[in-house]
Amino acid sequence: MANQNLYNYILGIADNSLVLGQRLGELCGHGPSLETDIAGTNISLDLIGQTRSYFQYAAKVSGKELTEDDIAFLRLERDYRNVLLVEQPNTHFGYVIARQYLFDVFHLLFLNELQYSKDETLSAIAKKGIKEVSYHKRFSGDWIKRLGDGTEESHEKMQEAVDDLWRYTDELFEMSEDDQQMVSEGIGVDLPKLKESYYDEVSELLSEATLEIPERKYFSYGGKNGVHTEHMGYLLADLQYMQRTYPNMQW
Amino acid sequence: MSEKEVKNLEAIFEARIARDEKIEPKDWMPEKYRKTHIRQISQHAHSEIVGMLPEGNWISRAPSLRRKAALLAKVQDEAGHGLYLYSACETLGVSRDELYDQLHSGKAKYSSIFNYPTVTWADIGAIGWLVDGAAIINQVPLCNTSFGPYARAMVRVCKEESFHQRQGYEIMLTLCNGTEEQKAMAQDALNRWWWPSLMMLGPTDAESIHTEQSMKWKLKRKTNDELRQQFIDQTVPQADILGLTVPDPDLKWNEERGSYDFGEIDWDEFWQVVKGHGPCNKERMNARVGAWERGTWVRDAAMAYAEKQEEKKVSKAS
Amino acid sequence: MKKNWPLWEVFVRSKNGLEHRHFGSLHAADAEMALENARDVYTRRNEGVSIWVVESKHITASNPENNGELFEPAQDKVYRHPTFYNLPDEVKHM
Repeated sequence: MANQNLYNYILGIADNSLVLGQRLGELCGHGPSLETDIAGTNISLDLIGQTRSYFQYAAKVSGKELTEDDIAFLRLERDYRNVLLVEQPNTHFGYVIARQYLFDVFHLLFLNELQYSKDETLSAIAKKGIKEVSYHKRFSGDWIKRLGDGTEESHEKMQEAVDDLWRYTDELFEMSEDDQQMVSEGIGVDLPKLKESYYDEVSELLSEATLEIPERKYFSYGGKNGVHTEHMGYLLADLQYMQRTYPNMQW
Repeated sequence: MSEKEVKNLEAIFEARIARDEKIEPKDWMPEKYRKTHIRQISQHAHSEIVGMLPEGNWISRAPSLRRKAALLAKVQDEAGHGLYLYSACETLGVSRDELYDQLHSGKAKYSSIFNYPTVTWADIGAIGWLVDGAAIINQVPLCNTSFGPYARAMVRVCKEESFHQRQGYEIMLTLCNGTEEQKAMAQDALNRWWWPSLMMLGPTDAESIHTEQSMKWKLKRKTNDELRQQFIDQTVPQADILGLTVPDPDLKWNEERGSYDFGEIDWDEFWQVVKGHGPCNKERMNARVGAWERGTWVRDAAMAYAEKQEEKKVSKAS
Repeated sequence: MKKNWPLWEVFVRSKNGLEHRHFGSLHAADAEMALENARDVYTRRNEGVSIWVVESKHITASNPENNGELFEPAQDKVYRHPTFYNLPDEVKHM
């Protein structure tokens, strides 16, 4: 492979979009109102679109005869590099929103840096993504406020979701070897640098939504090294079903 | 209003429609016109949102990213179309919640085609090709229907739906150009969806109770049997291009009529599904009702939040 | 407590230079949500550059029963239209 670090690095970014897009896609037709179904699908479509751009680029970087779909569908679970946060299930709408917001804030900070990457393709994808993700964050942030400061029931549910998902936030800033290599080459984003802004921004919004900021010393990691939560296997069973059942066919 | 006055208004009303004038929500209209439109438009809206379910079933399993995006966009369009149609219906003085209640209680009908299961990926192709194909035949004439909000909604729907059928046909085409296994999958899907698609165009004219009135109000331009014939005539050559066999041994080109003759439709099956005993009637309703009930706390929260914000604004101002 | 999301009317400017046109309606709990929903529902095919939303109850509509008194009196005001004035063909640019 021409540049294994870069290839891995692209996959790390893309898998977050792929897996979150997949989770949102599961919801289509099952949300609390037609309007939210349409909004959720839009976000999912943005994420799948980003995924395709990244994977098409990764396929080129690989120097092999790979397609975007080979990369998306034909890896083993241990080879998916998304963070644990995005694979968490649609337990209820509060979880959907909390997962989205906790990721969106990171995602936007991340793309804002990635646009200055020395790698022109990544920079271009980031620039396009910034507009999309700004909207995602606006959508999820507004909903955090509505649910947090809505009814007693919604407040409890929203708090529950934030508390449960909080432990996956620190992983967002974990640096893999590929991350480090890419930062040193001026291509990748130095994640720990984003951490303070992230928690400041999230905390401010949670407070506005009358929610408590979880106090937690212990966090969960592993996604970036391919060690996922138990939910991931089922997500992949769905995602990969066709490609695994009918190998080597065009669709 | 006296009976004579009503009769007079009705005559003026019918004459307006005959002149191709549009009726707008605040115009006087016969009660029957209002009721018929609420029934038909809401049935149409329900069909869109229940129709999201069989296709939504395959979003998470779509075989490529391109197909996944296209399917997501299509199912999303259906939500949009449901929304346009509910909105059109609401101009007649009935709320979306009331319409949902009618759907959830089983009082309102939706297109029975959506009570069939999508068991393979080829079903997604077949639905786009056949079900959307039949729907387009039904819908295009409605762009000129007499009730303004319905006609406007349909213009938007038809414009957006143009990609749906192509999306489905392209899936079928790819399967038919693929391996034996893929082709068999496509044929199997056609076998299962062909007859329900024909039924989708409604009972035969002899059995159709609303046709005459609907023609007058331009809710219909052609009878069910005419539409069915049109659908068959345009779809059979498309099946030929795919190299698939339409599952009807009696299907034969009739030179004299310039149309295909076709076999007997199993109307018992049709009525069984309409009456709630199709393969997925229960599942579809459970999914709709479940989504609505699970969403109650969310919708309530949003209202409560909006009210709090409004109060804050007021207290700041004073 | 059962309060439904109210109905909003959506107006979209398709491109700069054109007026906002009524596109349809939707349900939303507040103005912000109405705007976001309108963006997702009515501009997902690139149909707009600007959106207005207004809660439907704030729109006052004329009643078609009064159409006679409201609109017919304008019908015979032909002098408001340029064709009312006869000028010889030689007069240009007018």
